[in-house]
Amino acid sequence: MAVVYQKSKGLTDKETHYCPGCTHGIIHKLVAEVLEELGVLGDTIGVAPVGCSVLAYDYFNCDMHEASHGRAPAVATGIKRVLPDKVVFTYQGDGDLASIGTAEIVHVAHRGEKITTIFVNNAIYGMTGGQMAPTTLIGQRATTAPLGRTVEHSGMPLRVSEMLATIDGAAFVERVAVDTPANIRKAKKAIKEAFQCQLDGKGFSIVEVLSTCPTNWGMTPIDALKWLNDNLIPYYPMGNFRRPGEVK
Amino acid sequence: MAKGKVTFNEDICKGCGLCTTACPVKIVTMDTSKINIKGFHPATVFEMDKCIGCANCAMMCPDSVITVERF
Amino acid sequence: MAKVLMKGNEAIGAAAIKAGCKYFFGYPITPQNELPEYMSKEMPKVGGVFLQAESEVAAINMVYGAAGAGARVMTSSSSPGIALKQEGITYIAGAELPCVIVNIVRGGPGLGGIQPAQSDYNQVTRGGGNGDYKLLVYAPANLQEMVDLMQEAFDAADYYRNPVMMVGDGMIGQMMEPIEFKESVSRFELPLKDWATTGTKGQRKPNIINSLALDPAELEKHNIHLQEKYSAMKENEVKYEAYNLENAEVVIVAYGTTSRIVRNAIIDLKEQGINVGLIRPITLWPFPEKAFDLIPSDCKAVLSVEMSMGQMIDDIKIAVNGRYPVHFYGRSGGMIPTPEGVMNKVKELVGGAK
Repeated sequence: MAVVYQKSKGLTDKETHYCPGCTHGIIHKLVAEVLEELGVLGDTIGVAPVGCSVLAYDYFNCDMHEASHGRAPAVATGIKRVLPDKVVFTYQGDGDLASIGTAEIVHVAHRGEKITTIFVNNAIYGMTGGQMAPTTLIGQRATTAPLGRTVEHSGMPLRVSEMLATIDGAAFVERVAVDTPANIRKAKKAIKEAFQCQLDGKGFSIVEVLSTCPTNWGMTPIDALKWLNDNLIPYYPMGNFRRPGEVK
Repeated sequence: MAKGKVTFNEDICKGCGLCTTACPVKIVTMDTSKINIKGFHPATVFEMDKCIGCANCAMMCPDSVITVERF
Repeated sequence: MAKVLMKGNEAIGAAAIKAGCKYFFGYPITPQNELPEYMSKEMPKVGGVFLQAESEVAAINMVYGAAGAGARVMTSSSSPGIALKQEGITYIAGAELPCVIVNIVRGGPGLGGIQPAQSDYNQVTRGGGNGDYKLLVYAPANLQEMVDLMQEAFDAADYYRNPVMMVGDGMIGQMMEPIEFKESVSRFELPLKDWATTGTKGQRKPNIINSLALDPAELEKHNIHLQEKYSAMKENEVKYEAYNLENAEVVIVAYGTTSRIVRNAIIDLKEQGINVGLIRPITLWPFPEKAFDLIPSDCKAVLSVEMSMGQMIDDIKIAVNGRYPVHFYGRSGGMIPTPEGVMNKVKELVGGAK
């Protein structure tokens, strides 16, 4: 018998504090597995955000730096400019990246900063208890949009991948989801390609991962997977928006 | 004849049930006869002879509960 | 070594490079633009990195990342931009990282003005960001002093694992003076930065740079540890100049370029038979409290002269602790105090001209 799947060495032994069924766990695994498979764990520095994954520095088995809300790309820039031979990644939620952090993420793309961003988009602020995010869907309820988001009040949800893909320095931009094993496989492939883009020195790479928040969406983890498929994927289409050498 | 075998690290299972959606032969289930140290019904497989060793369940699990072996 | 005539902002850059600074992240703001411009030219020449960030906020966070990776790194700005950096600075202090931040102070509040001021005293000595932390703050009065302090600033930052601030008012940044870049021997024994995020190489446990401690007992312990560092700074890092305190009827407290104006006033007052002394803080934090023990017991008054509406005066009152009346004279908005203005205030305090 051969072991074909076990816990990645890219993760520490610490059990995560994430809610049952939270897809952060899946995404952490994919990043950890990719770094392990690329053989770069010992040369990697990750930057943790503010959000549910604020404690990501306890879960990834590599050097980690805790950033303030939204600023992880700037922190990562500082690290990468000092240590250009190392692999540097940020791991950010949608409140972090698409709200307070929009300047920083646009500018790492703009500068073509050779870092990789894992953007976990669950259309809500998780850690702080379910407030509306720039990515919250129209009609979706949140604690600061108790009657559901409306266009008149808050505009349409922000499509980050499409926006960043217009920037030359963003060499690799792809949106994936982790609601089914098939999508998880595609997500891992994209994450690997993103890190390879960094290793090849091609520029900024980002993978937007459509994710669930069962607790703040108010549903079971299994129902949340279905809600993601029925509601997030139609508005945030999966696919590659930019790849090194390709013009779309 | 089973093609694969899965082992569950029961005490770290959070009972989320995502693994049960991933299994193509629908043998992963929550063991409602017991609760683990966290107070959840852990995931398990009763019909291991049907396991095809695809590792979908392990891939789906956010907490790396499942180890998969293939013959 | 020969003296060179340099503009303050550029001299800061040259001194930083000489002190081993290899990374500079900055952003344009008047009146310190010559510093990032200088660094953009000179950093690549020494194999260093200059990057103009998208904002002061991004710049301080780049400093935070670079410092965590073990680098000798600097940023600069002016008052409104320093206000933006406050969050980043508190993270750097909480995570115990070294860096040097240069503040070329201009008039405020808000957008304020672009002329010199000293109205950031509270911002730089009282924190500015959230939580219990302090910056080691140097306030040179001339370019030579500033250049001489730069090596110490970087070394102290590394030694204490704390951000260090170099404060100049707009005049310090813009004026040109002859400077000598002296060789200096560091008085600090600096340990290796084995806490830095340089990659584990599979040979050690991960290093984590962090200021979060959700457990209150842990956070209290951390705060007590930080305070121990600040106590050590108070013991060892105070710098000041005491001038003409013997038999002084009035002692003026002033720093930066204001102290030079005050010195002129003191000389003129002496000719008029009024004996005035000067305590010139060189470190704004830690404040030179012990210098105030040198004031003669029959001194009539202590006078704070600042380019502000009165911020250092609070620290003077604490240091004086009721022993002498404390007064204030200042100009604001970029107006520069004149020697005449200072003299008139002193004459008022001693009960008229003699």
